[in-house]
Amino acid sequence: MPKRTDIQSILMIGSGPIVIGQACEFDYSGTQACKALKAEGYKVILINSNPATIMTDPELADRTYVEPITLEVVEKVIERERPDALLPTMGGQTALNTTMGLVKRGVLEKHGVTLVGASAEAIHKAEDREAFKQAMQRIGLRVPKSGTAHSRQEAVAIVETVGFPAIIRPSFTMGGTGGNIAYNREEFERLIEWALAMSPVSQVLIEESVIGWKEYELEVMRDLKDNVVIVCSIENFDPMGVHTGDSITVAVGDLDRQRGPTHAGCGSARHPRRDWGRHGRIEYPVRYQPGHW
Amino acid sequence: MKKAVLALADGTVFEGRALGYEGETVGEVVFNTAMTGYQEILSDPSYKGQIITMTCPQIGNYGVTPEDVESRRAWAEGFVVREASRLVSNWRGKQTLHESLVETHVVAIEGIDTRALTRHLREHGSQQGCITHLDLDHERAIGRARQAPGIVGRDLAAEVTCAHSYDWTTGTGDWAPWPNGEEAGSGARWRVVAYDFGIKYNILRRLVDVGCDVTVVPAATSAQAVEALKPHGVFLSNGPGDPEGVPYAAKAVEQLIGRYPIFGICLGHQILGLAFGLKTYKLKFGHHGANHPVMDLRTRKVEITSQNHNFAVQGEPVLVDIPKVSPVIDTRYGRLAMTHVSLNDLSVEGMASLEHPVFSVQYHPEAAPGPHDAAYLFGEFVRRMENHYA
Repeated sequence: MPKRTDIQSILMIGSGPIVIGQACEFDYSGTQACKALKAEGYKVILINSNPATIMTDPELADRTYVEPITLEVVEKVIERERPDALLPTMGGQTALNTTMGLVKRGVLEKHGVTLVGASAEAIHKAEDREAFKQAMQRIGLRVPKSGTAHSRQEAVAIVETVGFPAIIRPSFTMGGTGGNIAYNREEFERLIEWALAMSPVSQVLIEESVIGWKEYELEVMRDLKDNVVIVCSIENFDPMGVHTGDSITVAVGDLDRQRGPTHAGCGSARHPRRDWGRHGRIEYPVRYQPGHW
Repeated sequence: MKKAVLALADGTVFEGRALGYEGETVGEVVFNTAMTGYQEILSDPSYKGQIITMTCPQIGNYGVTPEDVESRRAWAEGFVVREASRLVSNWRGKQTLHESLVETHVVAIEGIDTRALTRHLREHGSQQGCITHLDLDHERAIGRARQAPGIVGRDLAAEVTCAHSYDWTTGTGDWAPWPNGEEAGSGARWRVVAYDFGIKYNILRRLVDVGCDVTVVPAATSAQAVEALKPHGVFLSNGPGDPEGVPYAAKAVEQLIGRYPIFGICLGHQILGLAFGLKTYKLKFGHHGANHPVMDLRTRKVEITSQNHNFAVQGEPVLVDIPKVSPVIDTRYGRLAMTHVSLNDLSVEGMASLEHPVFSVQYHPEAAPGPHDAAYLFGEFVRRMENHYA
């Protein structure tokens, strides 16, 4: 992939506080990105509210702002630094959400900042659960029964078809905040209120439970020329229901000998990216029921 | 724990523990870098004549499952691992690796420094070796290794091919690389004759997937006998050893070029190379693994491929850098493009005739084990038949 010579300076948004869903791996990826971009001769401007990260060490980025990662502050940084590009994919959910906010407000357009690493459309497709589900179905992958609700009434209608236990997933929340499992109608009604309140767009996906299913993950790299490398598979030791962040995982996934899901995962890991226009490092989790693929 | 010895022809000796079938074996020692897929590897007929060293330190974790074999039996002459798992941690696993090796009569050794062995083979090249559980005297074992037959010029295909022709009808089903059936073609069926030089089941399954009715024929089948089956296309399979050890195959293929669409894999690719008048040569330590990068010189796209070969087709000119366009050679059957190149050592990994619907790859698009980046090539074969008969 040839070097882009139309940009000289790149703003990178860090991940802020370390929480489940955006832990130290984002400090690692951000730090590596700083080094790689600087080695290529780009000026790197970094904003990260967490001074306890490696990436905020003074020698890494050319300009480092230890400031709150909010739309207002990032906009001010953009006004002051005038970066040519914004790299949103190294800072977890915080960076993605902030980027989407900047896109919606027209900040990037106003200051002529291009997105590198992922387009706004790609971020939307990956983060919006309904768009994600449709993208998966388009390439023929089976997904749990589900529906998207914007209100309590819609949610109740959907859970009738999905059944219990039901998974509640609010859109655009960090590390799954507001997500829950409801085992009965009473729990569901209580939890759905909270989930709707937590989602910045009041959107909640209600999904069939896959608790107890097997989980594995593919680490995928893709470049703009559509070269795809499945770096490795990672197998979760614990079944679905134990958060990946709490589970022992094994790379290379060595015990995974049900070819269907492994093959489907590898095949489709190549696929959706074409549909999405996203490249770089991609995590691709797959879940299935052993013996029932 | 019973002791065992692996001795190489150059006098290097590794002491370890006995694994698998109790006995003594000789063969060419090679290493394979795939981290999983040991069962497919052991049953791949292309390993006839070879002792396989797995570079991944722990082998056998998921056990052995009857339906995962790639041919009617295990073919590897021997097996070398750092550690064989005693525990099967998968619901499909029916046997431990050790139990399976005993049942399939594969003599193996574990507990040796497989990294040191691999480095030795990389530096000094593949060579004959001997695994013994019986008499652990080093000098005697080295002597056995030195006397072992090499694989150069040997007709190993004759030892692994089927005795009689047969039809193959099952596809990969739910195990297809594209589970959504995206590659299902026009629904037309194509009669394909597949030469069995040591064919893997997954090649046959993949041919069925893309719409082929496959008849498998023994390696020594004549061009006239193929013609009598009235095929739409001819497939040349993978297989063990040296393509120059099976001169009759290249002779038959010479008569088929220009008459049928032909697709070759691995040994089939090398035999096709000989038929076109090219030369083949032995690689220093071969390509054995599931993560070999290959570039398609026409599209500049890189595929991560499964590979298993000790010989390669000699391209012209010999490459010292990745060429900007795919090199074209004038052959007795017209222009032949070198379409694919290994990014590890720039050896030829694929070729296609510019005059006839004939193409081949050195690597394994059927995977089993390995990635499916190249799975589309079976569809390419069907497209060539479609165009040829349109």
